[in-house]
Amino acid sequence: MVASIDFWLTQFLNGLQLSMLLFLLSVGLTIIFGLMHFVNLAHGALYMVGAYAGVTAAASLGSFWLALAIAPIAVMAVGMFLYATVIRHMRRSGPMNQVLVTLGLIFVIVDLVRIIWGDIALGMEQPAILSGPVELLGVVYPAYRLFVIGVGAAVMLALSLVLSRTQIGAMVRAGVENDAMAACMGINVERLFFAVFCVGCALAGLGGAIAAPVFSATPSMATDILIPTLIVVVIGGLGSLRGAIAGSLIVGFIQTFGAVVLPGFASVLIYVLLAGVLIAKPSGLLPARG
Amino acid sequence: MRKFLCAALGACAAASLMVHSAAAETKVGLLLPTSGNYAALGKEIDDGFVMALEEAGMAGDFTLVREDSEAKPPVGMAKARKLVLQDNVDAVVGIVSSAVLGAVRDFIDGSKVPLIVANAGNDEATGANCSKYIVRVSFSNAQVNRPMGTWMAEHGVKKVYAMAPDYAAGHQMIDAFTASFTAAGGEVIGADYTPFGKTQDFGPYLTKAKAASPDAVFVFYAGGEAISFVKQYDSFGLKADIPLYGSGFLTSPLYVKAEGPAAIGVTTSLHYVPTLDTPENQAFVAAFKAKFDRPPSEYAVQGYDSARVLIEAVKAGAKGREAIAEALSKVSYTGPRGPLTIDPATNNVVQNIYVYETVADGDALTQKIVGTINEVRDAPNGCVLK
Repeated sequence: MVASIDFWLTQFLNGLQLSMLLFLLSVGLTIIFGLMHFVNLAHGALYMVGAYAGVTAAASLGSFWLALAIAPIAVMAVGMFLYATVIRHMRRSGPMNQVLVTLGLIFVIVDLVRIIWGDIALGMEQPAILSGPVELLGVVYPAYRLFVIGVGAAVMLALSLVLSRTQIGAMVRAGVENDAMAACMGINVERLFFAVFCVGCALAGLGGAIAAPVFSATPSMATDILIPTLIVVVIGGLGSLRGAIAGSLIVGFIQTFGAVVLPGFASVLIYVLLAGVLIAKPSGLLPARG
Repeated sequence: MRKFLCAALGACAAASLMVHSAAAETKVGLLLPTSGNYAALGKEIDDGFVMALEEAGMAGDFTLVREDSEAKPPVGMAKARKLVLQDNVDAVVGIVSSAVLGAVRDFIDGSKVPLIVANAGNDEATGANCSKYIVRVSFSNAQVNRPMGTWMAEHGVKKVYAMAPDYAAGHQMIDAFTASFTAAGGEVIGADYTPFGKTQDFGPYLTKAKAASPDAVFVFYAGGEAISFVKQYDSFGLKADIPLYGSGFLTSPLYVKAEGPAAIGVTTSLHYVPTLDTPENQAFVAAFKAKFDRPPSEYAVQGYDSARVLIEAVKAGAKGREAIAEALSKVSYTGPRGPLTIDPATNNVVQNIYVYETVADGDALTQKIVGTINEVRDAPNGCVLK
């Protein structure tokens, strides 16, 4: 095996980059789940819509940065529509029905995307300032990937500050802990749910738009990303921000270093980990409810 | 007025009857994926197929029955049964996925229905598992990659790092390349097979490939994976020091636009390149562009040639399953991709393989042919047609 420091540092950055993308997706899913007890499998489809919205916005407006701002808003709008038409009515219908309905939504959304954008994968250009490699600590690394790491870290920081330091954060935490009691204390839980749901959708859209220049936008990305994201959520613990952070770092690094050290087992390792966590700590490593 | 109407109606009915009696001479089942990851390829093949029928003025002579294979073996199997047993087709055309081809092979062979393979490249289909009833006009995995190993060794590449998705086709492509490359004096110093359909981030593998410091990297990727790979290879700054080579599917005209400038300078080998400078191809490209407003990809040509061989067989007087199967293996003509012959020993296509570089053409990308290997023929590899 190659043993130079450069090699491992680059792989470390690769792992960090993957973790950040997973984080953007899983944090929305886990908070929605924790707060609303709602299994939204269509979250991956929203990520895909984010990528396509980003590609289209970048192509028509000619600006990557505008696209990065528009995609989350567009996906949030899609999310609001889904909430009003489907999700609101499914709130109390139990996890099995929710899983079935949101699984169905994946197919509907994917086919709508195929009708609008076609089957052929679409690319998105990186902004000039971020294209090409840069040197960091003596390692040559793609600037865009550093940007992805930066955005992920910024979102992570912002969310932890909001959740731990603001009144809204306290309300969300109270809702996750015990929504009935939170409602008794005068918190409008339904409105809070809706706001959190919108933020979760916007983050999925941001994840999609930010991933599009690296991975390109394809209809299969809706389901491709869903399983790693669910694994992150389950490993980290449902409903917990710290769990989502820990889960995405663990999954991101295991996937990256698994591919390097044990290439033959790269795709299995993550499931082994999932099984191990479920046996040892069924509620995840850092569950929201103590 | 009433008389006139009656006459008009009568004329119409007579006309439709005549059309009906002229049509439906040959019933063809198109078994292509129209949903799932391979839907884009299915569409290209279908477009090429229909275009060839219209160009020959024989669209009325064929009745098409379309079924979605979803590129899944059990679904493809069920749909093949439906086409053969219920729709009673005279020939089946299509099959994108090698796994589907492997699944339907025995059924097709047993029911003695000619199958024209329009994409699936697994070597066994025209090797150890070949069938008198299965004719392939697309390519075999070995056929596309074998010439590239020799070509690269001849052009001074000594040490190569290879990568492909971890499934049967990925291994066959790399194995065929490795065999001819090492035979010509080259060395494959490392290879990675990435989890198929699950790998979006090639960063870890690219870092490994770079650390091995090869002269070049040779890969097989297709579809969304090809786009991600080419872009990420460029963004890691590898392209400048380590040139990227591969199977031509990597920079197919179908997705080179999505790859953008990252694809410039990538050299690959394939059985068709749209910039091929022959009268047959120029006419084909012009007609395809006029009809679909995009340049044709190798998949479109495969669909086109699937129809061409069928037309040639029918024109030669073949009617019914047995006769069509018999006639298909004798077809030979010069088409968009150059001379095309069906090998009587294996029923696989014999064709030129082109080495091409993707180059910038203003804002767009185009293909520059840098080498041609004439009439590449696969060894029978245990195939006995009977």
